[in-house]
Amino acid sequence: MDEYKGKTLSWQLTNGVVELALHQPPVNEIGLAMLGELEQFANSLPALELEAKALILHSKERAGFSAGADLREVYSRAKHMESAAAVKGVREVLERIHAVFNRLDTSPLTTIAAVHGVCFGGGFELALTCDLIVADKMARFCFPELRLGLIPGFGGIPRLKRDIGNALVRDLLLTGRSINATKALSAGFVSQVAAEGEALRLARSTAAQTMKFNRVTSATAKQFIKALPEEELRREIDIFCDLFSRPAVMEALREFVENDGPFPYLP
Amino acid sequence: MKTIEQTTDEILNLAAAHFKVPRCGLEPGDDFYKKLGIDSLQALELLTRLENHFGVELPDYEVQGISDFRTLADRIQARL
Repeated sequence: MDEYKGKTLSWQLTNGVVELALHQPPVNEIGLAMLGELEQFANSLPALELEAKALILHSKERAGFSAGADLREVYSRAKHMESAAAVKGVREVLERIHAVFNRLDTSPLTTIAAVHGVCFGGGFELALTCDLIVADKMARFCFPELRLGLIPGFGGIPRLKRDIGNALVRDLLLTGRSINATKALSAGFVSQVAAEGEALRLARSTAAQTMKFNRVTSATAKQFIKALPEEELRREIDIFCDLFSRPAVMEALREFVENDGPFPYLP
Repeated sequence: MKTIEQTTDEILNLAAAHFKVPRCGLEPGDDFYKKLGIDSLQALELLTRLENHFGVELPDYEVQGISDFRTLADRIQARL
């Protein structure tokens, strides 16, 4: 399917580039609806990969790329369940997320995330599946999960460790602070910083450059240098589920969901 | 080296420009959440704008609990 217009995302293949646009207001929270459409996209990838050379992920929402997992949905589903059932449900969703993210991560296409605004939690983890991240100067990156008594569960830690030094990974994880695009560039996981509003344009010109090279060679080089940290990714699911079983997590989720103040995204 | 007054003035200018409000309506002691009617996502936008302008890194936990421009200026001044 060369083109798809969905509720939470859309994609289009044009001149060898697939553009996958996220558009779930307010900030592309990743819940079951978006997961279902990401799975549809993953199922369409084999056909797209025969015709395309590059994939750009971007957001049409003004506030940013993605604020991460839909915590309201997680809480509303889990709060009425007994702990073991809730953890089982979480594990099932995580395994679906990991399947999609791993498929994106290992696509033979050169993948580029064009990031603006907030790129937090699961949204950051989605961007990290890509070969390159280009960000505009208003982008911010964050792993806020410890605030909820959890760790990132969509593969973020193994993927970020793949890209940068352990010290900054520890900093982001243990402080839950957000960093701007300039810091992300100096850290090495953002490859280029664009002017405000220009990340998608920069991603397109970068995609055009990567498409000059032989498709098989690019895919082979990518496979050589970008190994999937499979064991760590599986262990992350286990650790996440173990943490999720603790009562403190449901309490933290409740506080986040019921907070109608202006501060939910501050650490 | 900027004075704290210069830093505060620049913050007020940046906030007014970013949120498209009259500069004359902003004072150092104002609660920027209430005065600007913003939430934490928008506060992070302001934080990014300030980091880019002043060339500093200001962890958002340093901003937590701060709601007035003057105290924000103190935090930035401490990093210049």
